[in-house]
Amino acid sequence: MKKITIDPITRLEGHGKIEIFLNDEGDVKNVYFQVPELRGFEKFCEGRPVEEVPYIVTKICGVCPGCHHMASGKAVDAVFGVKPPPTARKLRELFYMAHFVHSHIAHFYALGAPDFVVGPDAPKAERNILGVIGKVGVDIGKEVIKQRRIAQEIQALLAGHQTQCMMNIPGGVRKGLKEEERDDIVKKAEGFIEFSKFSLKIFEDVVLSNEAYVDIILNGPYSLKLHSMGLVDENNKVNFYDGKIRVVDTKGDEMHKYAPADYRDYVAEHVEPWSYLKFPYLKQIGWKGFIDGQDSSVYHATPLSRLNAADGMATPLAQKEYDRMYGVLGGKPVHNTLAMHWARLVELLYSAEHCLELVQDAEITGNELRTPIDKVVGEGVDTVEAQRGTLTHHYWTDDKGVVTKVNIIVGTTNNNAAINMSIKKAAQGLIKKGTEVSDGILNMIEMAFRAYDPCFSCATHSLPGDMPMIVEIKDADGKLLQRIQRD
Amino acid sequence: MAEEKQKIKMAVYWGAACGGCCVSVLDVHEALFDVIAAADLVFWPIALDTKYQDVEDMPDGFIDLTLYNGAVRNSENEHIAKLLRQKSKILVAYGSCSHMGGIPGLANFSTKEEIFDRVYHDTESTVNTDRILPQTEFEVEEGILSLPEFYNDVRTLADVVDVDYFMPGCPPQTARLVEVFTAIVTGAELPPPGSVIGAGNKAQCDECSRKKTENKGVKKFNRPWEVVDDGETCFLEQGILCMGPATRTGCDFRCIQGNAPCKGCYGPTPDSTDPGAKMMSAIASVIDEKEPEAIDKVLDDLVDPAGYFYRYSLPSSYIRRKMS
Repeated sequence: MKKITIDPITRLEGHGKIEIFLNDEGDVKNVYFQVPELRGFEKFCEGRPVEEVPYIVTKICGVCPGCHHMASGKAVDAVFGVKPPPTARKLRELFYMAHFVHSHIAHFYALGAPDFVVGPDAPKAERNILGVIGKVGVDIGKEVIKQRRIAQEIQALLAGHQTQCMMNIPGGVRKGLKEEERDDIVKKAEGFIEFSKFSLKIFEDVVLSNEAYVDIILNGPYSLKLHSMGLVDENNKVNFYDGKIRVVDTKGDEMHKYAPADYRDYVAEHVEPWSYLKFPYLKQIGWKGFIDGQDSSVYHATPLSRLNAADGMATPLAQKEYDRMYGVLGGKPVHNTLAMHWARLVELLYSAEHCLELVQDAEITGNELRTPIDKVVGEGVDTVEAQRGTLTHHYWTDDKGVVTKVNIIVGTTNNNAAINMSIKKAAQGLIKKGTEVSDGILNMIEMAFRAYDPCFSCATHSLPGDMPMIVEIKDADGKLLQRIQRD
Repeated sequence: MAEEKQKIKMAVYWGAACGGCCVSVLDVHEALFDVIAAADLVFWPIALDTKYQDVEDMPDGFIDLTLYNGAVRNSENEHIAKLLRQKSKILVAYGSCSHMGGIPGLANFSTKEEIFDRVYHDTESTVNTDRILPQTEFEVEEGILSLPEFYNDVRTLADVVDVDYFMPGCPPQTARLVEVFTAIVTGAELPPPGSVIGAGNKAQCDECSRKKTENKGVKKFNRPWEVVDDGETCFLEQGILCMGPATRTGCDFRCIQGNAPCKGCYGPTPDSTDPGAKMMSAIASVIDEKEPEAIDKVLDDLVDPAGYFYRYSLPSSYIRRKMS
């Protein structure tokens, strides 16, 4: 039996390794996606005053610190039994929309676009952000960087720093918004909307107008029938900051809709001895292993699953794009992994529109930033949608508000089983008996995990330059049979 | 131009890290094109597809500048730290985790066993009746799968290899990175090896914009939610813990700009090696009590002082870890 090792997998947030086992005929027998790291936040947050946790957990992920800051801030509010006043809540959401704009822009242009704008089997040296800029022009490349910078600057204004987020304090936020700052952000949000529309236009022109790409999306080895999870508002529209968690099955029918505090009735985590990362699954079905389909308990929590799980978008332009996407892809739900890229752009437009709505809201410049605290309830749980999945923080404290226990289910963790299966399916579809494992095939295997985005294929970080990669194919004794290098 | 021929080779790597240090590199924004013009990035897992084998194949000293971020949490972190030391002319401990242990270093308040028990057995959403734990080697039907060894202690980069420079911050302020990068690519004279770079030599308090009244009127230190910050007075004088006295400048006061007290990520000032000792004396100096017993009472009422004073620095401190 041959084994193909990719170590480390690259262009992702964090560490990862892929082991592909081939049988004697040369077909893919099995694939393991392993996460080789653990830091143990659940343990070392114990003993800390709970109000400090929102600053500690931003270090779970420095790419999406704002997501942990928000989920944690809301869970801490619950520990003290308070809700922030309207101004504070809207400021948090405003920060959060800017966080989504930065992340979704970066992922689409730096990671997703090279595979489509340049092409999945384009010369490897061009298959990166520089290649994208080569196709679309330097001016657009500069515009991408500029829009992401503006999104980072809005977060820094509200939170002190875009990565070292200091915004949340129990019951509210530390800092208000001045009128002149509001006027400035209005212009920037309008710019986000235009840029989002432009990004969808690029997707239309480059991807949807190309029959070969549409064929890859619809008929490539990139589809899994999974249940879909996402946070929805009171109208079942997509919401990132607050709401109920809705799960629809592989046919699109509602399976569950629950408040974040009830998550343990619906989600459980499975442990495998070959990965440090756990495997969440739908608890009421029970762990059935790495299988897809209606009877499986594996779900995904991605831009696509959020759109599948909701009835639509809460803003008008995004709703139009939502309808258009499902129209082209044959109705809901969509199970084509690569459609996650399209769904991400629909979400980008929603984030931009909602950013503008929030900053034009009369209450956004209010002075009431904190709800006073008069008790310690001692337990708090809450959820946001991170860019890469439903994120839940759950804290228990003593009567002084000092943490006794922490449980966290991180966005990408939701997708651990799904990513394993997507990589396996792509490898099985692309590597057959007698296949010469080429650079193009390796890239197309990588496209399977890349669609899931940042925490495993981190959005913001693809840079111009060579992207060499080595895959070694060894026999069962570890003897090198074939070494493929692209450089 | 002549300089274009002298591009340096640069690597960015993460050990036990969050990715925030890599984002701080990306946050040079439009100046990214200048960075690419001055440096060839030869290894950067978050952005490029270079594999470990490629690094092993490089000659010793091949890389001019390596920014290693992240703490040393497991055997893979240590192995790659040693590999990069061998391949790099200048190795920088970039960011709080490689500099002092950082937030992951808080795990030194626990043991490996306690962490595994919590994460894989006791967490409320985990279902693990067979009490399975991740294994460094595990045999599946198709062959052997391996994982790095998770160590009992979190260590700093300097605990496992010689480090040329330490660049503080969680993450380092991007403006400091640009300054250091510019100095290196232009061949400016660098401080002696072992120095802290990309940071000031003063304490935060020396340059902080918040008002100091010299009013030593603190009777009790409050939790942040127990008081309303007035937005302009020194946090310590308002009875709110702030790491300013024990922390270097260099961050551009970003937490203060966000109306938050300093959390100490830039590390100790040059005249003090231990943040805890420095903070205890700074706190004592603002307490409105004369008698040692009364001062002790105020200090005793502090909640989790060790977790606050060593938030970013436990593995590099005198304490290093909780004794098990």
